[in-house]
Amino acid sequence: MVIECKHVWTYISDYLDGTLSEEIRVTVQKHLEHCELCSAILDSTRNILVLTADDRVFELPVGFSERLHQRLEEELKQKKGS
Amino acid sequence: MTLQEQQGEAELIAAILAGETQLYHDLIRPYERPVYLLALSYMKNETDAEDVAQEAFLKAFRHLSSFRADAKFSTWLISIALNEARGRLRRQTAARTESLDKDPDEEGAVSPALLRDWREIPSEAVERGEIRDLLRKAVETLPEIYREVFLLRDVEELNINETAEALNISVSAVKVRLHRARLMLQKYLAPQLKSVTKPKRRWFAWS
Repeated sequence: MVIECKHVWTYISDYLDGTLSEEIRVTVQKHLEHCELCSAILDSTRNILVLTADDRVFELPVGFSERLHQRLEEELKQKKGS
Repeated sequence: MTLQEQQGEAELIAAILAGETQLYHDLIRPYERPVYLLALSYMKNETDAEDVAQEAFLKAFRHLSSFRADAKFSTWLISIALNEARGRLRRQTAARTESLDKDPDEEGAVSPALLRDWREIPSEAVERGEIRDLLRKAVETLPEIYREVFLLRDVEELNINETAEALNISVSAVKVRLHRARLMLQKYLAPQLKSVTKPKRRWFAWS
């Protein structure tokens, strides 16, 4: 089975998650082997997912944890007192 | 989360409800980041996001006795945070009527940025402030329904079922939205990342 590029694009997310059926996965794989365009799209998408998942991109504000637990502590004390 | 961890969590909750309230600090520690990030994705500024996150953790504590033991604490907590963020946004931007009448999942396909080649960008690049800003901005510009799925699934690494449960949407909606979010990010980011990470020409390299 041969598929067009724009069909391959609809499978990119499932391909990355490994959730395609075996038949479609093989078809997509074959397409990627000879299509520079689609393999660059796949590689860049995968790369971008690795970068955005990096803990350094979305950091907790400085002191977030301390302030949160301080506020909880006040609540816990109140509860005890009540 | 392993079964053991889940059991540990259930025991913690039982102990807290039985009066050892101090244990609540330990219970929530693993969720500080996901709850904050979700709040940030709605509020778009750190101060409001922190406030929403704190409120969510307090509410979860106050309502802990209504937590059903057969549910997962993480998804329960995330849905409390979600309600808190949505409620606050509603109060801030009184009655926004945006896209209530159309089903966002019905929209057409997203096409990716077309590239001939891609040179891997190493994770060291994230140390550069401009790259971090670029990545954050890209995620922030995603429409809300895509952003929340993307953050829970790809940044916080919840699985598809947990994401569906936390957002109270179907598994197939998670898949469709995630796919679009990823392609939108590729479309927005790939060309920009390619140009900012291009190796600098080295003048006088031979001198």
